[in-house]
Amino acid sequence: MQLTNRSKQVSNKEMTLAEKAYLPAIAQGMAITIKHFFKKKVTIQYPEVKRYLGPVFRGRHILKRDEQGRERCTACGLCAVACPAEAIQMVASEREKGEEHLYREEKYAAVYEVNMLRCIFCGLCEEACPKQAVYLRHDEMVPVFVERDQVIWGKDMLVEDMNNRYKREAWTKEEARLLDEKKARGEVSNVEPRAIP
Amino acid sequence: MEETKPNLFKITFDGIEVEVEPGTTIMQAARKIAEADRSHDALVPPAMCYYEPLKGTGGKCRACLVKVTQGSAKDTRPMPKLVPSCITQVQDGMVVENTTNPAVLEARKGVVEFLLINHPLDCPVCDQAGECHLQDFAYEHGAAKTRYEEERRTFDRHDLGPYIQLHMTRCILCYRCVFTADQITNKRVHGVMHRGDAAEISTYIEKAIDNDFSGNVIDVCPVGALTDKTFRFKNRVWFTKPVDAHRDCPTCSGNVTLWYRGEEVIRVTARKNEWGEVKEFICNTCRFEKKNTSDWTIEGPAKVLRSSVISANKYRADLVKKPDFALKLANSQYKPIDDSRSYTTDQDQIRQLSIENNDKANHRSQLADKN
Repeated sequence: MQLTNRSKQVSNKEMTLAEKAYLPAIAQGMAITIKHFFKKKVTIQYPEVKRYLGPVFRGRHILKRDEQGRERCTACGLCAVACPAEAIQMVASEREKGEEHLYREEKYAAVYEVNMLRCIFCGLCEEACPKQAVYLRHDEMVPVFVERDQVIWGKDMLVEDMNNRYKREAWTKEEARLLDEKKARGEVSNVEPRAIP
Repeated sequence: MEETKPNLFKITFDGIEVEVEPGTTIMQAARKIAEADRSHDALVPPAMCYYEPLKGTGGKCRACLVKVTQGSAKDTRPMPKLVPSCITQVQDGMVVENTTNPAVLEARKGVVEFLLINHPLDCPVCDQAGECHLQDFAYEHGAAKTRYEEERRTFDRHDLGPYIQLHMTRCILCYRCVFTADQITNKRVHGVMHRGDAAEISTYIEKAIDNDFSGNVIDVCPVGALTDKTFRFKNRVWFTKPVDAHRDCPTCSGNVTLWYRGEEVIRVTARKNEWGEVKEFICNTCRFEKKNTSDWTIEGPAKVLRSSVISANKYRADLVKKPDFALKLANSQYKPIDDSRSYTTDQDQIRQLSIENNDKANHRSQLADKN
């Protein structure tokens, strides 16, 4: 039975003089080796040097605040139901009078936990979020943990710090794609990252 | 056959024939089709205001509009306008088009748009999200974007007694709660005040709130306008687990659904059927005060529709369809293999055959090289 059209008959022909001489083939091989020796290296010194992975790389989570510093998350649970790894858990709470500067909507997440051991960084939570509250940072990854209690990240780790806001060049995949195309055409070279999606 | 059942009307709904009794509405006929064959569930017109157990409901929201292309066998003219299927009675030989008629779908899109004009779209906050009929309706039939630019009407949140909360902003004025109040009390006070976009549910409901069955307005409300205060922001519907249970209740049937979060009962509702309707109303004691597992006799997990958000991320092997595309592809590419060679176990013969086959293969590859 013929399986492919690429099968070849094995031949046992006599070698030509050039093939018999053996040295030209060695020189040919060495030429390839030496050519690579002068090429630009593709590797980087990883832990010291880090490559820019684009504006929508999916690193660790962040819970965004809006321009007035109020938390965007309203604990709607869509991220948790979208999560294929069931890494997100939350407890909702009602906003009291006088807390309007803290939370955007009348409901907020009193507890918001991401189990970083479970998380597969697929970004479905980011896509599901109707309030543009949860994002995966493009510039920070989850650090290696050594203790169990470092695995579950609560709101203290996740909520954005208003003094050191998280900025991105592009906040959506579509935006990032447009930016890429513009960069490829040479229309823009440097984009100012902005804090609000 | 004709003589034994002389009174049955034969109607055609989306190309499916069904025999129903005179006096049935088109909606009930469609539901009868779906109940006979669950694969026709999608054919049933959506109902926002019609509620079978409540007398007099229907005809208000226009969600269930259908096209009648043939009025009856005697008068074959089509009805000039789309008719609300929940209050239009069938006639013999009627032909109805629902999902097969583009005009109906277009009209429904318009109905969604109108219903959503004053709706706050605060689903992330609303406790009804996940079991909201307006959400389902808009998802199925609505446009993804709103064209409405004016300010939406707003109302303050209102407490109806200690257990029920009224968000008038979310109300679509289906009148279901008014009919419920009408059924549980006999003093008619008032249902809906004012007119047009200023209309709001009013005193009638509040007067009925002391009634032992007032909690049922929560269940009949298709949107999140009337919600359970004891459940307010407790959890999302899709994180809770519905379990059927009953207890010996002196005032009601005691048949309920308990909604669990872990070990804790966070909500008690009446049992809803596949059309989201409650057949047995439950009393306020069962609904609001019995929130311990020890109060109830558990019957087992409640049936959850596959399409429900509660089933999200939960897969049962016998309910999940096999990937259709791969099976079709494999089917289309299947070629019967010619294996007419004689079957042998004799080693010498096998060796002989393999040498022959090898020669053939070599021959073929030489031919391929030349070409």
